Amino acid sequence: MKLLKLVALSAALSSAAAAQVPFERILNADKEPGNWLSYSRNLQGQRFSPLIEINSSNVGNLKVQWALQFPTPNNEVSPIVVDNIMYLTGPNSAMAVDARTGRILWTWKRAIPSDYHNIGFGRVNRGPAVLDDKLFVTTLDCYLVALDLRSGAELWASKVGEYKAGYSMTVAPLAIDGKIVVGVSGGEAGIRGFVDAYDAKTGKQAWRFWTIPGPGKPGHDTWSGDAWKTGGGSTWVTGAYDPELKLVYWGVGNPGPDWNGDVRPGDNLYTCSLLALDADTGHLRWFFQFTPHETHDWDAAHVPILFDAKIKGRERQLIANANRNAFYYVLDRVTGEFIAGRPYAKQTWARGLDAKGHPIVSPDSEPSEKGSLVWPNANGATVWFSPSYSPQTSLFYVAVREIGSVYFKRPAEYKEGTYYAGGGEDELPADDASGEIRALDPATGELRWEFKLHSPPWAGVLSTAGGLVFSGSDEGNFYALDARTGKPLWDFQTGGNIKANPISFSVDGHQRVAISSNQVLYVFGL
Amino acid sequence: MIRTQTLILLFSCVFLFPHSISSAQAEKTESKFAPAPPDVSAGKRMFERHCALCHGIDGRGGRGPNLNRAKLFHAPDDAALKAIIFEGIVPEMPEGWFFTEEEISNIAAYVRSLGKIPAEPLPGEAARGGTVFTRNSCSRCHLFAGAGFAYGPDLTGLAERRSPAYVRNAISAPAEHLPEGFLLVRAITSSGRTIEGIRMNEDTFTIQIKDASRTFHSLRKQDLRDLQKLRGQSPMPPYKTILSPTELDDLIAYLFSARGLQ
Repeated sequence: MKLLKLVALSAALSSAAAAQVPFERILNADKEPGNWLSYSRNLQGQRFSPLIEINSSNVGNLKVQWALQFPTPNNEVSPIVVDNIMYLTGPNSAMAVDARTGRILWTWKRAIPSDYHNIGFGRVNRGPAVLDDKLFVTTLDCYLVALDLRSGAELWASKVGEYKAGYSMTVAPLAIDGKIVVGVSGGEAGIRGFVDAYDAKTGKQAWRFWTIPGPGKPGHDTWSGDAWKTGGGSTWVTGAYDPELKLVYWGVGNPGPDWNGDVRPGDNLYTCSLLALDADTGHLRWFFQFTPHETHDWDAAHVPILFDAKIKGRERQLIANANRNAFYYVLDRVTGEFIAGRPYAKQTWARGLDAKGHPIVSPDSEPSEKGSLVWPNANGATVWFSPSYSPQTSLFYVAVREIGSVYFKRPAEYKEGTYYAGGGEDELPADDASGEIRALDPATGELRWEFKLHSPPWAGVLSTAGGLVFSGSDEGNFYALDARTGKPLWDFQTGGNIKANPISFSVDGHQRVAISSNQVLYVFGL
Repeated sequence: MIRTQTLILLFSCVFLFPHSISSAQAEKTESKFAPAPPDVSAGKRMFERHCALCHGIDGRGGRGPNLNRAKLFHAPDDAALKAIIFEGIVPEMPEGWFFTEEEISNIAAYVRSLGKIPAEPLPGEAARGGTVFTRNSCSRCHLFAGAGFAYGPDLTGLAERRSPAYVRNAISAPAEHLPEGFLLVRAITSSGRTIEGIRMNEDTFTIQIKDASRTFHSLRKQDLRDLQKLRGQSPMPPYKTILSPTELDDLIAYLFSARGLQ
């Protein structure tokens, strides 16, 4: 331990002049495929690893290299790996781990206030961000904290929202040039959501974009009365960034209350929308609302994926979103123009999309007093766990939940810091539900292949240049599929339900694949 | 081991859970809750949001047990009920530590209100029902109060988990009233061997089956030529065509007479 501290200290001194992870490293992530420097590895949100050591011919030999037990259950962390050190987060906690052995180098904890309550989600954290010499961590009591990469020492903590009013954070921050972008949870607590950016050096707020526009702002007229004050619009999943357009793309959650839309007539902007925000100012460049006046808890809080493809013979800069509402959307990421959309899972709430991508809503799909049977269920056809895009196969991979629910509408009364949901749902029995990994044509959403899962999954997808797709099942299977065909090539029973995103990195030139499974992090290699 | 896994599947959530919330723990938890008149309608709203997913919007059960019962197996008193709402039941029921004490009191009051339903009359005679049970060889497929064979669901303590109406339906027409999670499957191996039985567990790549001789089979799906899920089928015949109405009444009275033994 002493030796490690000395090593860390000398490393700190030797690099005092140059930051360990300047933004250029994150920007050029493909130059160092052995590291995993941001939530989705690259800023484009693709969750693709260029590593090739593990491939379709040898993946059958994959073995556990090491495992780490977390201090708390239900881990959803997507690790960061920098120069042989892995950084992990949990609820109000973080740690650095030797990526060769899994031995802990430092830990950091922040007390969870005794009067803190989770409203609508578990005590989890989905991962850290890294920039310069700092690790950035969000907390349940709604702080963004900067830690020293080498020691875990707390450098600054900025209050992002008031937890007593239902604001909370589980999101992995997004580090862009000089700024840390974050969003908030609280969509079941009647918060008024926002996307925030903080100065990475000082923790000072750089800008805030309110996802529910206030009086006088464009979009405010999509609310009536005071409904906007408790309109929801959480921002709890990490976005993506286009460094050339200097646009931050971020998804917005459901309106509040979830299942009772009577108290909030109108389209309820910018809930269930994708935002394109100017990275310098936080000003809205464009938005696209997937589900106007949403009443099923179908947040548009997803990792959007940036990619380029030919549309009608012309190369376009695109952004793709497999939405919780069961439709796959392709937009022009410069203008927000709707390019294509189609269902990628069973849905019964819309007859389709019109030419502009707006849903043609089916009658009787709203939650009701006696209950309305609708696909997908409130967790959606997919949810916070990440999709993946492989530039090698040019396919979009998404973990799909095929399950319907009977939706109920109930009275909703706002009381600060408590549930503001206005109903509930009865899920259909387990044997009427299933899961799939689906590979879609990214430009159209057409199905290329699918792999059946026993039940609706809670794990994200990683694709690799080794021609593989990795994901996990709710029954604990961690597995690899052929990225071109979907054929299963390897599986391992982890013993815990997997609710996390896989990553890949390398140590000493050897590729590793990591996944959190309930209370254990597994790292696999050949 | 075989029995344990079967129970998980056949009665998920209901009664497998070991009695880890002892009365001492329950008392300790109870002391945390300040006395305040509970708000049943507020509890109902919380129930609909958090509990209905498994227990049904009216508490009549689904993935989780029916709560329209005066006596709850895991929650003999209010202290135990609050403790369960707070701590959950590993691994079936998620914990509710995020609730305030007031919210837990409200939910518990609502759950108790669900149980205030008049007891169903048991017109049969238990002693005669015992004869019906023996004559029809029920114990060849069911454990009851420690005796018999565990192929179908264990009937021990049935009265704590199910209503007489439910049991009447399940005996009369088993295939139409299968317990949550119960599934008869037929697997055909690549060598052409057929294995039929009750699914004990399943994931994306494997399935575990217990056949009628209570032999356990662990199978990898990729090694199977076919895997048929015999939904809506039961190895148990519909006894409405076998038993007279009086025999059925007596059998139910016998099964519910075991309440005192638990």
